[in-house]
Amino acid sequence: MISMIRDATTIARRNMIRIRRVPEVMVFVIIQPLMFVLLFAYVFGGSIDIPGGNYREFLIAGIFTQTVVFGATFTASGLAEDVQKGLINRFRSLPMSRSAVVAGRTASDVVYNMLSIIIMSLAGLAVGWRIRGSVLDAVVAYLLLLFFSYSFSWVMACLGLLVPTPEVVNNATFIVLFPLTFIANTFVPSDTLPGVLKTIAEWNPVSTLTHAVRVRFGNLPAETPKPTAWPLQNAMLYSLGWAILLIVVFAPIATRLYQRTGKR
Amino acid sequence: MNDAVRSTHSGEFAVEARGLTKRYGGVVALDGLNLSVPTGSVLGLLGPNGAGKTTAVSILTTLLTPDAGTARVAGVDVLSEPQRVRSLIGLSGQYAAVDEHLTATENLEMIGCLYGMRRRAARKKANELIERFRLSESANRPLKTFSGGMRRRIDLAGALLADPPVLFLDEPTTGLDPRSRGELWDVIRERVQAGTTVVLTTQYLEEADQLAHEIVVIDHGHAIARGTSQELKRRIGGEHLDIHLAFPEDLSRVETIVRPFAIGAIRIDDQEALVSIPVAKGVEALGSVMVELSAQNVEIVDIGLRRPTLDDVFMDLTGHKSQEDQS
Repeated sequence: MISMIRDATTIARRNMIRIRRVPEVMVFVIIQPLMFVLLFAYVFGGSIDIPGGNYREFLIAGIFTQTVVFGATFTASGLAEDVQKGLINRFRSLPMSRSAVVAGRTASDVVYNMLSIIIMSLAGLAVGWRIRGSVLDAVVAYLLLLFFSYSFSWVMACLGLLVPTPEVVNNATFIVLFPLTFIANTFVPSDTLPGVLKTIAEWNPVSTLTHAVRVRFGNLPAETPKPTAWPLQNAMLYSLGWAILLIVVFAPIATRLYQRTGKR
Repeated sequence: MNDAVRSTHSGEFAVEARGLTKRYGGVVALDGLNLSVPTGSVLGLLGPNGAGKTTAVSILTTLLTPDAGTARVAGVDVLSEPQRVRSLIGLSGQYAAVDEHLTATENLEMIGCLYGMRRRAARKKANELIERFRLSESANRPLKTFSGGMRRRIDLAGALLADPPVLFLDEPTTGLDPRSRGELWDVIRERVQAGTTVVLTTQYLEEADQLAHEIVVIDHGHAIARGTSQELKRRIGGEHLDIHLAFPEDLSRVETIVRPFAIGAIRIDDQEALVSIPVAKGVEALGSVMVELSAQNVEIVDIGLRRPTLDDVFMDLTGHKSQEDQS
């Protein structure tokens, strides 16, 4: 266990060095989230009305969620690149812990996400977003975001170890992640969605995560009707449950896949 | 630590493999390969692309599980104790498996840490190797700015970092210019003198010739010849006499003329009007053949001696060209 943590730290440290050296990482971690906040705030901000509220305030939690969910794709593309470049073979020939490469990757991606969230929060504050709840609630909201993205990283780790090239990661994830983040209450209240989509949105963990964060930040307009769907009523619990489930299921799979990868 | 490990293994063979077999779907990559590498020696695995060299190395370095067969590295069973084997080996791959966004020092320090070294010790060792490889000036540049030869050196340094008693080098110099190749050879020789056992795969006979104590020629996943470089070369002929004729009609006449000098199979290329003869005493044979050819008025375009190539080994041992040439 100690050697696992030590090796994972070594791998995470290596990934952290890369953030300074690889421009694409910088763009993805810093520029893109910043752009999302500004674009949504100014392009949609004026045209979408939230009954009794301010759309920009409503929106920020959605953008946070979307960003950390998309941020998890980093785990996939990073691992896929390591496989392609032959680094995984190097790691697998070393007397290091078998789970450290993936564990180190998912850990460093939490740091990436943390950076993104800090940037987005500052940008949000600049365009008028405010945390209206208590400090404790805000901290809980941030931690929930990070924990959820961490759990989602393990799903993405499996994907990264399965695809043939890093390029495939983007194609594969976008097909899943766009619906996942859009059929939700990220950008519009879910009760405006038609029939089936509304039900999907209500049970979508991205919705419950957004809802929980929104509530903790105090960004939900006072007149918003209480949610009728159980997941949204218990958004915090439901989101946490999903996160734990994803880790329990996908962490062992990712470790197994790692041991099999690179076998030409 | 490694000294202790080395002393616990006093066996005669650093690498022993019996009946290694590996199939990919219907393709047999390894077909019952046996290897025995005496401790402190260099084994050259010689063969064309697809012969099974990399598969053999992958199994011995725990990256791949064989379908059948057993293997021990430094006395440790590869299948039952892979993690222990990993602490006793260094692997340098066919393509330089280094992180191109990290500097030379960062790459080596990371590898050292993953071998279980303390960070400071790893860095110290990394700097030593970087100096030894004459890369100090570039030590703090990301590897993507390095030339192919420089990257290869860092990759090799990664394999050497923990002073493992057994080194696996999978085509360490493929694609390198002669100078970089020579530099890498020097480093490998140095390690061997210090007592390291090396398993080296290569497509170049010269490389095996330069470095290996024993050579195993593999084709289609099994050994087709073994011996020292001298023994193999004697088998395939020390040198080749190539005669390029002006007229293909003369080919059969020339074959009769050169037959007495041939110490192996004569190759005739009809299209190129080329005759290639393995000869024992090159210069002597060259002189006599030229006298004979001019006496019989055979017009030639070119005539010359050359060292045997892998292709000659293959022609001689298998009767078919190496796959590389067929494709």
